[in-house]
Amino acid sequence: MSDTVIDATAAAGKPATPRLASRHLPRWSPLAIAAGAIAIAVAIGAGAGLTSHIQWGLIALALFVAGSYAITARVEGRRQAKDRVATSLVWSSFILAVVPLYSLVETTISKGVGVLDGTFLTHSMNNVLTIQPGGGVYHAIIGTLEQVGIATVIAAPLGMLTAIYLVEYGKGRLAKWVTFFVDVMTGIPSIVAGLFILSVWFVALGKAPASGFAGSLALALLMMPVVVRSTEEMLKLVPNELREASLALGVPKWRTTVKVVLPTAVGGITTGIMLAIARIAGESAPIALLVFGSAAINTNPFKDPQSSLPYYIFEQYNNGNQPSYDRAWGAALVLIAFVMILNLVARVISRWKAPKAGR
Amino acid sequence: MTTTAPPATRPEPHRAAKTVSRPGDRIFAGLARGSGILLLVVMAAIAVFLTVRAAHAISKDHGNFLTTFEWTPSLNPPVFGIAVLAYGTVVSSIIAMAIAVPIAIGIALFITHYAPRRLGGPIAYVIDLLAAVPSIVYGLWGALFLVPHLRGVNLWLDHYFGWTYIFHKEDPNSAARSLFTVGILLAIMILPIITNVSREVINQVPKMHEEAALALGATRWEVIRLSVLPFARSGIISASMLGLGRALGETMAVATVLSASPTLSGHLLDPVGGTFSQNIVAKFGEADDFGRDALIASGLVLFLITLLVNGAARIIIQRRKEYSGANA
Repeated sequence: MSDTVIDATAAAGKPATPRLASRHLPRWSPLAIAAGAIAIAVAIGAGAGLTSHIQWGLIALALFVAGSYAITARVEGRRQAKDRVATSLVWSSFILAVVPLYSLVETTISKGVGVLDGTFLTHSMNNVLTIQPGGGVYHAIIGTLEQVGIATVIAAPLGMLTAIYLVEYGKGRLAKWVTFFVDVMTGIPSIVAGLFILSVWFVALGKAPASGFAGSLALALLMMPVVVRSTEEMLKLVPNELREASLALGVPKWRTTVKVVLPTAVGGITTGIMLAIARIAGESAPIALLVFGSAAINTNPFKDPQSSLPYYIFEQYNNGNQPSYDRAWGAALVLIAFVMILNLVARVISRWKAPKAGR
Repeated sequence: MTTTAPPATRPEPHRAAKTVSRPGDRIFAGLARGSGILLLVVMAAIAVFLTVRAAHAISKDHGNFLTTFEWTPSLNPPVFGIAVLAYGTVVSSIIAMAIAVPIAIGIALFITHYAPRRLGGPIAYVIDLLAAVPSIVYGLWGALFLVPHLRGVNLWLDHYFGWTYIFHKEDPNSAARSLFTVGILLAIMILPIITNVSREVINQVPKMHEEAALALGATRWEVIRLSVLPFARSGIISASMLGLGRALGETMAVATVLSASPTLSGHLLDPVGGTFSQNIVAKFGEADDFGRDALIASGLVLFLITLLVNGAARIIIQRRKEYSGANA
């Protein structure tokens, strides 16, 4: 149907247009081709009795790409046809990616909201049978906050100092090595970080007692390179004129760094640290090896197993029954909310405090 | 004419005073250098500790560590090997890359060149946020949502493409807890990160290159093929390598989805196999001290593999110094 219309337009335009002016498809032609493709796909799908609507969609997509290529190639030439195919491929890759990502967020929210209430947030799993509904994530939230807090206290100052070293002092071989190994550390899989702390525990203590602190050490290991990287980027953005002005006034270098350079970059550094926190808050692999998880509230991170939100989700999933799945979704929603809030706040800070004079 | 000649520069009253060394300066510089050194020490410690424990385990292994399928360090004599794990890790990551890289490049191009201006920014922002979703949530979603929904796809692939061997499924009715599903889930997980880094690189393509191509009458696709992709190639490759590094080390998403068993199968849809990190989490609970050492040995291998991949990515980035996307 669309085919004939376009041919007519093309034929009508033909005698009038000189050789140089290329022929064009009308602007609405992609829509027409899409409508045609969908119609044919529905016909094929219904005719062949394909039950899955995803297959209908795929057939329609294939028809659309092939159809627009054929029609454009006839009217506008091969180059334009390739351009159209590229356009439709780019659009379809976007749609293809949006579907699962949207589904992930949608599923988590719709399944999690049903579980989320005051009881869920303020109760632990102590004395709750896993096959029963009820219980909550209070102990896991406490665990996550404590472990992430300790990790931040360790990793943030060390990471910032390392970045200061690299930007303000670092020259020569040591700085090169540090830069290189920061890169290497960025790539450490979280489970390997867990194994490393475990092996240190073995060698140092001869055994591996579970504690939140062990988990935070592994998290700090994962967090540090991220902090170094982001702080480094931010310090590099601080204009050299500021440093020079301060030094010219006779201010010692360390005071220049602390009072001039750091305050200028504080927004970006805070953002970087918060993004790093958001990243380690979702780590469960090292927790599984080092903290073990527990059903009861344990506020002491230095002794006995604790729980944590990501590990709680894993635990509940492994219980393998519906009430546990529900709790897992609820905890997933809490965790996503936590991470997203950190992300959003971080971005707001970076907008608000962005260094005005870049480079 | 405006130059009122400056007074002849007076000779400096005294030679540039040599920098006064204040205690505050020394302490601060020491602290900064110290934390840099601490980082190196920690890295060295990781290598040494892991190697020591791993060597201890491997020396007592009565199977061949590289070619044995089973993971039974508790037997007497202990027998364990990484063949299945290495195969599963590599295969699932390859599937993930094969799916994720083209789509990620597509999305990056969509955001930078195809989407309406007003949409591009927010889309990039949302994808940025999605990169922060914890892996365990992907794992939960994968196991409870993706696995049942991929059943039909599995049947379809087995029915029409079973002849390709890799898509043949031994038991068509078994759940889709296979390396193939893991690959798809990993692809979804690493999509945001590859997209973000590629998008940043593509944004840095000089506008002049594109305008030059346009002025020569190139179509949009030709602009991308001739000026955007060649410029961004190395950045896209290193973005993909970063994604690959994530996929190789991913633990929880694999542990929840894969139905593991010490079988090495060329049929991707069969619910068998394992990966390094999945095996570590699964076997850790029941492992005694020696079993843990064995797991540490497998972790060391994983570490080395990711080290190689990341190193390659860094080298590619280094060649393009102006682009500093290593902070992803």
